[in-house]
Amino acid sequence: MQRVVIVGAGLGGLRAAESLRSAGYSDAITIVGDEAYLPYNRPPLSKEALAGGVDIESLEFRRKASVDDVEWLLGSPVVGCDLAARTVTLDGGASLDFDGLVVASGIRPRRLPIPGPAGGRFALRTAADALAVREYLIPGAAIIIMGAGFIGCEVAATAIKLGCSVHVVALDEEPMVRPLGQELGAAMRRRHEARGVRFHLGHTIVAFTGDEHVRSASLSDGTELKADIVIEAVGSVANTEWLNGNNLNLSDGLLTDSCMQVETPLAPMVAVGDLARHPNALFGSVPRRIEHWNIPTETARRAGPTLASLLAGEEPDRSPFIAMPAFWSDQYETKLQSFGMPGIADRTEVTSGSVDGACIIEYFDATGLVGVIGVDRTAELAPYRKALLARS
Amino acid sequence: MVKITVDMDKCQHYGQCCFEAEDVFALDESGKLVYSKEADESRRADVESAADVCPMQAITVE
Ligand SMILES: Cc1cc2nc3c(=O)[nH]c(=O)nc-3n(C[C@H](O)[C@H](O)[C@H](O)COP(=O)(O)OP(=O)(O)OC[C@H]3O[C@@H](n4cnc5c(N)ncnc54)[C@H](O)[C@@H]3O)c2cc1C
Repeated sequence: MQRVVIVGAGLGGLRAAESLRSAGYSDAITIVGDEAYLPYNRPPLSKEALAGGVDIESLEFRRKASVDDVEWLLGSPVVGCDLAARTVTLDGGASLDFDGLVVASGIRPRRLPIPGPAGGRFALRTAADALAVREYLIPGAAIIIMGAGFIGCEVAATAIKLGCSVHVVALDEEPMVRPLGQELGAAMRRRHEARGVRFHLGHTIVAFTGDEHVRSASLSDGTELKADIVIEAVGSVANTEWLNGNNLNLSDGLLTDSCMQVETPLAPMVAVGDLARHPNALFGSVPRRIEHWNIPTETARRAGPTLASLLAGEEPDRSPFIAMPAFWSDQYETKLQSFGMPGIADRTEVTSGSVDGACIIEYFDATGLVGVIGVDRTAELAPYRKALLARS
Repeated sequence: MVKITVDMDKCQHYGQCCFEAEDVFALDESGKLVYSKEADESRRADVESAADVCPMQAITVE
């Protein structure tokens, strides 16, 4: 009897277990997660669930019958791993033996060391975070959002809908500028401004004031903003500390090869989801980490058969990995849908419509089309997606 | 037979399901999801993939 231990009970962990089962692995699986909940869907936490009330049960993923016999150790952080001994250590000191390891511990929000009180400063990753933030989103509340990426902008839209006063402070020149580019980023800013969001771009927060709880924030341009709470959405850090000391490449997430295997002579090991830095044959040989919701599922589809082969003493399929990065975002009534990697483009072209309304934008680099984004034009993106798939 | 239900209160018409099983799910000209309520047993794996990739987790497969 073999045992696979999966660290991280999120989307990637669940899909990895299901993928191991469909690849024919029928021995034991233990999934260890630090959160108290079975895997649930995170995207609604900045959108409809934050607006409507965070009901964790309704966010839970359906689990396939094939994983009914999986052992779940929830509320149980993994604090260490000895690959040579093939054990992971749980908080509290207990250890678990494994024959194969799946790393699915995801990322967490980056927190900045800013002087001032810690009370009232939040980040948004978990249902517990959303529950805490929700309490403060009442009409008239003064909300400061640090960071103008997707999560920051989605929370801004939700807070405005709930009647809050919203300021967004970010170093970038436009909201979501990296994934969307200048032109669409500026158009999204105008949409937010029309709803009442105030942006402080090119600036950061240098200090908070208040006793235990934040009362106001001082910006780098001297502006002083009142704050009932601050929501910090300024990037992420991979949850890989528990793997330290095993001679792995942890420089930005966890490096894998094209079949999601982690290169180590010590144990059969794969990684999935937000923390896996993997090559994608659609976009050259550079391994990248992609924090999109579809990636845990895509990487798990590949990692399951790989680990099943390694555990059976067989050579895994090492053919190139091809996965279409896809993300969506909901802000007010606007729906963005993207395929490919618009973020690596150096040239964009609005091929249909205008950026201030419904439109389709193509993104290019020297190799040709690398991404497409539809603004309220989801149904028309299929041919572009097909063209992107043809890059492989 | 595979039985398919989509919770249309949850569905946001992102159309991700269409790429997994284009014979079962499609977006019509106005961008709204249309789908078959039944599919042949041989389509089960793709229909389950479609349910997996739904951002709103609106698809149930029996
Ligand atoms: C608020 C929010 C909104 C989002 N919206 C969108 C969107 O609109 N579109 C989109 O494409 N993507 C979106 N995403 C991104 C998407 O949710 C992620 O890409 C996805 O959840 C990644 O899954 P994962 O399994 O890799 O990581 P996670 O879902 O983070 O799962 C990892 C799990 O491992 C646990 N863990 C970490 N360390 C340990 C440890 N040492 N021991 C035990 N357990 C541990 C974590 O607590 C977590 O439960 C959003 C994310 C957030 C937070």
